[in-house]
Order: sequence, then C-alpha cells, then structure tokens
Amino acid sequence: MELISILLLVFPLLGFLTIGLFQKQMNRNLSGVLASSFIFLNLVAAAFLFGFVTASNQTLEVPLFDWIKFADITIPFALTIDRLSALMLLIVNGVGLLIHLYSIGYMKEDEGVNRYFAYLNLFIFFMLTLILSSNYLMLFIGWEGVGLCSYLLIGFWFKDRANNDAAKKAFIMNRIGDLGFLIATFILFTTFKTLSISEIAAKASLMPSGDLTLMAITLCLFVGAVGKSAQIPLFTWLPDAMAGPTPVSALIHAATMVTAGIYLVARSSVMFVLSPVTMDVILVIGTVTALLGGLIAIYQNDIKKILAYSTVSQLGFMFMGLGLGSFSGAMFHLTTHAFFKALLFLAAGSVIHALSNEQDIRKMGRLRHKIPFTFALFLIGAIAISGIPPFAGFFSKEVILTAAFEHGLGMGLIATVISLLTTIYMFRLIFVVFFKPESKELQANHHVHESPKVMLYPMAVLAILSMIAGFVQPPKLFSETQGFDNYLSPVFAKSNSLVAASEHALTVQTEWMIFIFPLLIIALLIFLSYKRFVNNKELVSPTGIQSLFAHKLYVDEIYDFCILKPVTFISDIFRGLLDQTVINGFVNAVGSGTLFVGRKIRLLQTGNVGVYLVLMVFSIIAILFFNIIL
Amino acid sequence: METTIAQIQTIPLQYYILFCSALFSIGVIGVLAKRNALVIFMSVELMLNSANLLLTAFSAYRNDPAGQIFVFFIMVVAAAEVAIGLALLVVVYRSTHTIDINALNRLKW
Repeated sequence: MELISILLLVFPLLGFLTIGLFQKQMNRNLSGVLASSFIFLNLVAAAFLFGFVTASNQTLEVPLFDWIKFADITIPFALTIDRLSALMLLIVNGVGLLIHLYSIGYMKEDEGVNRYFAYLNLFIFFMLTLILSSNYLMLFIGWEGVGLCSYLLIGFWFKDRANNDAAKKAFIMNRIGDLGFLIATFILFTTFKTLSISEIAAKASLMPSGDLTLMAITLCLFVGAVGKSAQIPLFTWLPDAMAGPTPVSALIHAATMVTAGIYLVARSSVMFVLSPVTMDVILVIGTVTALLGGLIAIYQNDIKKILAYSTVSQLGFMFMGLGLGSFSGAMFHLTTHAFFKALLFLAAGSVIHALSNEQDIRKMGRLRHKIPFTFALFLIGAIAISGIPPFAGFFSKEVILTAAFEHGLGMGLIATVISLLTTIYMFRLIFVVFFKPESKELQANHHVHESPKVMLYPMAVLAILSMIAGFVQPPKLFSETQGFDNYLSPVFAKSNSLVAASEHALTVQTEWMIFIFPLLIIALLIFLSYKRFVNNKELVSPTGIQSLFAHKLYVDEIYDFCILKPVTFISDIFRGLLDQTVINGFVNAVGSGTLFVGRKIRLLQTGNVGVYLVLMVFSIIAILFFNIIL
Repeated sequence: METTIAQIQTIPLQYYILFCSALFSIGVIGVLAKRNALVIFMSVELMLNSANLLLTAFSAYRNDPAGQIFVFFIMVVAAAEVAIGLALLVVVYRSTHTIDINALNRLKW
C-alpha cells in the first residue's frame, strides 16, 4: 500500500523526465501516449488506494525520509492518504487522464507537443504532492509547483507576447497569495512547533473558539487560497490564463489547480471552524466573487472567458459552502464541478478546434448541425452546471443552497440568485453558439469539422460522469443516505464536532421550495434566453450597467490605476534619482576617479633608473622614519 | 675568540655606529648621485658591508654569535647577487653600448 502511494508520485515524475529530457528526440505521436499511460497507471493506483481507504477507514501515513532536520526542527517528507486526499487523487488522476487523452488530438498539429506533455505530467506530479503532503511545507512545494506549471502552460505559445503577459500575471497574482500562505506557515510553526497537518489539527482542536492566533493563521491561509482559487481581489489572472491551450484551461484552470484553495481550507477545517471571523470573511468573499463572476460572465463574448468567469463564480460558490461550514458540500461541488467544467472546457476546445481557433461567440452560430456530438456534450455540461436535475450540478448545488438557507433566508436567496446566474450565461452561450443564425465569417468558413474520436471519447466519459456523479448524494428530501457526507465524515468529524449544530433546521416545506422554485425560474430563464438570442442576428452591445460587467467591472483598469501606476511612478523616481544619479554616480565616480589618479601617478613612472633609485631611497627613509616615530 | 672580542670591545660601540652610518651614507649618496651603473653597484655593496660590519660589532658586544652567522649568510647572498647584477650589466652593455643609467630610460608604461 505504501509502495503504491509512492508510485503515485513516481509515475508522473518519470513521465516528465523521460518526455522532458528526450523531447528533441522523441516521436511526436509517442509522447502523448506515454504521458497518458503514466497517468493511467496513476489512476489505477489511485483507485486502489481509494478502495483501501474507503474499506479500511483508516488514514495511511507513509514517511519517506526526514527532509529538514536541525536543532529541534524535524520536517519529514511524508505522504498522508485519508478519504479527502483519496477523493482528490481520483479527481486529479481521472480528469487528468481524460484531458491527457483529449490533448493527444487537440495538440496533434502543435510543434511543441512533447514539451506540452512533459509540463502536463509535471503538473500532475506537483498536484499530487500538494494533495498527498502530510505537512504544510510539503503542501507548499506542491502549491508552488502547480503555480509554476500553470505559468509554463499559460505561456505555452510563448511567441505571442500577450500569452507571456498572461502567464506572468497569473504567476505574480499567485505570489501575493503565496505570501499569505508562507506567513501562515511561519505562524503555524511558532505556535505549534510542528508543521504536520494532523498534529496541528489535534493541537488546534484544544484551543478556544475565536483564538486570535488561529484567526491570523486562517486568514493568512485564506489569502493563499484566494490567490490560487481566483477569488476577489486576486481573480483577474484566471480569465487571462485562458491564453493557454484549452485542455490546460480545463485541467488546471477549472478542474484541479484552482480548487487547491478549497482543498487547503477543507484540509485545515479544524482551525477554520475555530475562527468564526475567518469563516465570515470566506463567506463574504465567496459570495461577492460568485455574484460578480456570474454577472461578468453574462456579458463576455469570448467563449473561454465566459467559462473562465463561470469558474470564478463556481469557485466562489464553493467558498460560500466552506464559509457556511459545509465542508463536504464544498468538496462535493468541487468534485462535480471538476467533471462538468472540464467537459465544458473540452467541448469549447472542440468548438474552437472545429472553427480553426475562433473564440469569439459573435462569429459563431448554428453549429449544432455541423458538430452535433460536440453540441450534445456541451449541452450536457451546461445542464449539469445550471443545476437541472438529475445531472450532477443540481445535487452539489443543492447541498450548498440548503446550507445557505439554514444560515438565513437572505443568504439562501443570494445563493439561489448566484446559482441562477449560471443558467443565464450558460444558455446564452449555448443559444448563440449553436442556434443563432450563422455569422458572415462563419458562412465563409467551410472547414467546420467534428473533432476526432480521441477528443470525443474523453468528453463522453466526462459527460457520463456529469450526468450520474450526483446520485452519490441525493437531496435529503428523497434519501436518508448521504453518500458523499458519509464518505467524508471521518475527515471532518473533528471540525463538525467543534461547532454547534445549526439551529435553523429546515422544514420539509422549505426544502421543497428550495427544490422547486429555482427549477421554475431556470425554465423561465432558458425560455427567455431562447427568445432573445436564437433569432437575433447580432448580439446587442451592452449599455449602462451592463457595459460595466462587459468590461469586467474595470478591475484590471482599477488595479492598473491604483497599484501599477503608483508603483511604476515610484520605480521611475527611484530609477532616475537613486539608481541613475546616486548609485550609478558613485560607481562611475569610483571608476573615473581611479582612472584620473592613475593617469597622474603614471607620470612618476619615468623609466629613468636614476629616478627610481632616488624614489626608492627616499621611500625607505620615509618608511623607517614613520616606523621609528609612530 | 675571546681575544678578538676583547679587541673589538676596545673601541667604543658608538664609533662603530658612526663609522657604519658614514659608510652607509656614502653608499646612499653614491647610489643617488652616480650615473655609472658599475659605481652604483659598488655603492650598494658598500651599504651592504656597512650593515655587515655593524652586525659583527653588535654581535661582539652582546656576546651573541648569531649576528656573525648572519653576516656569513649575507655575504653568500651578496656573492650570488653580485654575479647576477654583473651579468645584467654585461647584457645591458651589449645592447646599449653604455652603462650610463640615464640611457636606461625606456622602462616605463
């Protein structure tokens, strides 16, 4: 069992090394197959571990070696496999494998295909390090590693300057969050004298609720999560990250890496439940992000940007779940979201692929006949994300919605609105791309083609998962067995025991309301959306407050004005004044001074032996004189 | 040995010092004032020997033979140095047909 968990890290690293080191020599068709087979082996191993952990209900600790050991600090390099990490293992390896397979078709024509698969395997390696780590420092390695891979893959087509800028933006935005994580690690170590996640959880559970140190730690950890999971105010990198290849957007920027923040909070749930202030902060930030992300998504015209803002919104929704204390609800939504968002991205990739790299939905239309399979898959994804039963999104959203209504009516209504926003932007996308009369550009383009099977089959698997994954946990109305909650209950048992059970237990009538009411509105919204977009030849350009959302709330511009401009201004001053004048002046003065003195002293070197002798004698006399005197 | 030391000690030490200083100064002035390389060379030897003489004198007055042994070492080294110095002078003479040190003015930057 321990060997298997080590193999989980070995396979992707091996894949990265073989493909990465021999990328010049390797056959371009081979690398994809090789990378996929490594991930397949990983998936088998993950399934094995999942089965073991589920059946035995124990936490597997695999110490590998002592990594840092001096004075009283010992930080081991060890793996922890409990039910939470086993779940994440399945998601990462499962979705990862499907996206690897899809990439074989998608990246077929690309010259850098070997480099691409090397990075992809490296990403899986770091993601698994993050998931399996038993202490916060090792988790941080994985955390940084996935950030690195994200950077490398966003800037994959590095010949285009915009892609490089997007990559740098993602990297720098993440650094801000990472600083929070790092500070949290320092405080953790000074407080608990250990970094082991399980030991910290055990020690923290004895602390009183509302402890200030815990609050500082959790807030700093949450700053890290905000950076990685693209929440307000650090969310602007995620839409720009769409500059990378579409499968990358699906894997890293929708299904796995961006959920690391949620994983981190869930992992540290004991500390979070003990600091109510942080929970409220999470709830507020999650709600605002989910709301704004959804609103912005409605007015975007780039197919990938819409999905990106949708991801921002859904991640916000997961954070709402965390903030409401429904850790397993957030994890449930994370799981289903990984399936349908990956599916949506891959289907969008298929659309883009079919239209030879066209991403503007205004230039699409009536594609449902030309690429029927992609349409069907996209539709499944859209239904799943909109929360229409019996597809997966409905079930996971239901859990968070219920938690929101238990928190209070206002919160519940806001959560419902956020959930309904999904329907609006997804069905706008569907109707514009697949139903609307085709645009002039599209009419001229006769090369619209369905994607190859190697791309369609992985999407089909994801579609099936998006359809059935929800049945793990039907709403409380219909079933007493809460499969997902039960599965994760050992992980969150401690944190759940620390908070009092919610006093607002919902009545059956309310639960029916939560169930029926949104569905009616969803149906209405789809109908309105159909009326509005299907026969409209051109999309109306947004006006008034709409243009505010269309321009992404001008957040980029605000950051540009509030942070970038002042920093550039101060940098310019420092460059001109301090660097160019003071420091450069000093350094140059040393140089030119030496030169000047040398030029003068050089004249002593007359070449005349007599003069040298005189100088020598007088120098010796001078030295003796000073030696005697002083 | 005892008699030699006694004889040396018949002359007061300051005489030795004064004499050696005079000898040394002559050497210095010779080095500074003369243009003939051979004479400069001789002046250098003069300075060296004045130092030797002083060492011997002190050695005798302090009853410490180490000073005299030093003198032997210096004489050996001086002999070697003379050989090299004269050889250099010969080479200089061959290339410039003079041993006037003012002719050697090309040793510069």
